[in-house]
Amino acid sequence: MVRAPSEVAGPPAWGERILAVRRLGRIEYGDGLALQARLVEKRRRGEIPDTLLVLEHSHVVTLGSSARAEHVLASRAELASRGISVYKTGRGGDVTYHGPGQLVGYPVLDLKPDRKDLHAYLRSIEGVLLRALAAFGLEGRREPSATGAWVGGAKAAAIGVRVSSGWISSHGFALNANTDLSYFEAIVPCGIPGRSVTSLSRLLGREVPPAAAIPAVVAAMVEEFGYRAAEEGALPRGRADALAGGRNSS
Amino acid sequence: MSRIEVPMPQMGESIAEGTVSKWLKKPGDAVERDEPVLEISTDKVDAEIPSPAAGTLAEILVAEGETVEVGAVVAYIESGAGAQDAQAPAASAQAVPPPPDVQPEDSDARGVVAHSASGVAASLPAEATEREDRATAPPTLDAAASSRDAARAAEAAEPSEVAESSEQRLRAKSTPVVRRIAQEAGVDIGRIAGTGHLGRVTKQDILSYIEQGETDPATRSAPAPPASSRPPQPAPSLAPSPDSLWDRFHDEVEHPAFPVREGDRVETMDKVRRLTARHMVLAKRIAPHVHSFIEIDFSAIDRLRKQNRKAWEDQGARVSYTAFVAWACARVLRDFPSINGTVSGNSVIHRGSVNLGMAVDLDPGLIVPVIHDAGNLSLTGVAKRIVDLAERARARRLAPQEIQGGTFTITNPGVLGTIVGMPVIPKGTAAILGTGAIEKRVVVAADPESGEDVLAIRKRAYFSLGYDHRLVDGADAARFLARLKALLEDFPAEA
Repeated sequence: MVRAPSEVAGPPAWGERILAVRRLGRIEYGDGLALQARLVEKRRRGEIPDTLLVLEHSHVVTLGSSARAEHVLASRAELASRGISVYKTGRGGDVTYHGPGQLVGYPVLDLKPDRKDLHAYLRSIEGVLLRALAAFGLEGRREPSATGAWVGGAKAAAIGVRVSSGWISSHGFALNANTDLSYFEAIVPCGIPGRSVTSLSRLLGREVPPAAAIPAVVAAMVEEFGYRAAEEGALPRGRADALAGGRNSS
Repeated sequence: MSRIEVPMPQMGESIAEGTVSKWLKKPGDAVERDEPVLEISTDKVDAEIPSPAAGTLAEILVAEGETVEVGAVVAYIESGAGAQDAQAPAASAQAVPPPPDVQPEDSDARGVVAHSASGVAASLPAEATEREDRATAPPTLDAAASSRDAARAAEAAEPSEVAESSEQRLRAKSTPVVRRIAQEAGVDIGRIAGTGHLGRVTKQDILSYIEQGETDPATRSAPAPPASSRPPQPAPSLAPSPDSLWDRFHDEVEHPAFPVREGDRVETMDKVRRLTARHMVLAKRIAPHVHSFIEIDFSAIDRLRKQNRKAWEDQGARVSYTAFVAWACARVLRDFPSINGTVSGNSVIHRGSVNLGMAVDLDPGLIVPVIHDAGNLSLTGVAKRIVDLAERARARRLAPQEIQGGTFTITNPGVLGTIVGMPVIPKGTAAILGTGAIEKRVVVAADPESGEDVLAIRKRAYFSLGYDHRLVDGADAARFLARLKALLEDFPAEA
């Protein structure tokens, strides 16, 4: 049902693959969307390898496809006064918050070789997060009815993904490093009332900036998906568009 | 020109269904092969579904927000020359106004949606300019419809076939999912007034049709049909329809999800299961159930069966215990109009005839065919109807009217050894009889010669009557059960 030329050509197996990691620093949510859209297209055409974008967003509340309006608790005026923008976005899931201190990962992967299964992909992303938490000595767990990475009853990382035509993934996960968790009070995270959120900083009792979590997340991606290696190239903010063949050049 | 189905694809091992979250194309839009046509969502994933062929999106069968099983057809693509011209809809109806709010800078990404001031999300059409190109000389919907019907007829007709074969009508009026539900429930789709595109029978239509016990489907009021594609509907009544109330009650009930544990298996409920679940929740929620029990001695019936077996066989009748019970109920119910009635709003309807619903175990599943006007049938007449309905129920060959219009239901958990049950009263009726296993019991009886108490072995069974206490009081139920017992234990030989 889902076909792409690369399926016929026989793409390299996972073990031969390199995961390209791009650090984007802090970017606006809308820029992140546009960048992902372009990378998805490039990945579909085989012009770039599997790519993991790691970044932080400015304050934003996003509504996934199954979001319920009442899960945004704060009024739009209130959100605006706190500098929080609101996006309805094309990932799965309910409402979530992104902001400074949160490590956002957007894996743009070609899932065709052996991961043409939406739920299996979700479980893999959960696996990545559990491995990353373990690197900090934390025991995360899955909850069957609540996708994400949970530590002691609170959610340390949220997941919401999109799979585009040709089995190319985008969106991904958001791991709270030293996120100001009070911003989550504006919403019902992922539509689960009464569940709290937590962060690496809160769990470990020390400041853990997002950058400090990147190595663990990258290593976890490599292990979970079985990449041969990750090739990390820090990318200055201004070059993000160039990487994606951006709008300025065309 | 050929018509190609766009199915809900299998997107993972544990994924049995998907929700259509967004149509990326509209009917009449040209699509390339592998170009995304719609988005589905399941759990925490959104996925784009590519077109299986190049052509024109001819028809959308599943609305945004609806959930369908994997394999269900969600749209049709028409491929080949001329498809696009014939199918282009009136552009005025399709035009999407530009979003009223300020856009984020990179708003060209598919799926980005901006909020209007009112808080309502407005979608941002990426293909707005393409759409304008087709605005010239749009054919009317009627023209498009008739040309499509003609195309469909030409495509489906074989030399030996009449144009309006029932199979063709089924295809024209339904999707495979709907046809499967119809088949499972033994319903003839041709009898259902469709509310979908061009009168197509939607999933919702057939589900409510199956649920709908009493009303004539042809006159049932339906949600707003597409303009000019259907004959005018009868004027809607001012009161909310039983269906809409029913839907509302169902939606108010919380259906919580539970954590799955290791080693568990999760499967989606099939249609019969889902309909049954829905019916039971509401039936139990609306009617205050009370159950009364009585023990029935089958010795007299046993004797009659032995005496008449040969004669009945010659008439081609297998007269089961259930036939005796059904015949007796039909007789007694004539004198208990409230038990053979229903609460309807602030009124009570006393039904003019006794229509006996007979619960049939489909293993798995349950269906309740109805013996209409059972009060006027002889014992062997009832027996023949029971055998016939049960056989056709198991073969999924019941006509729609044969599962509708029941006024009283009999369920027989005893057939599997259960000694007594407390059945749920089907909606739109006031009572249900549960018959327990008939088994030999030691009882205290009067010695026919001496009149002394003696221990005797008798075939007996417990019957339970579940009744709606809004309408039927305990004493009514007791009188009904006592009359039933008397009739069964002293069964008239001339029945």
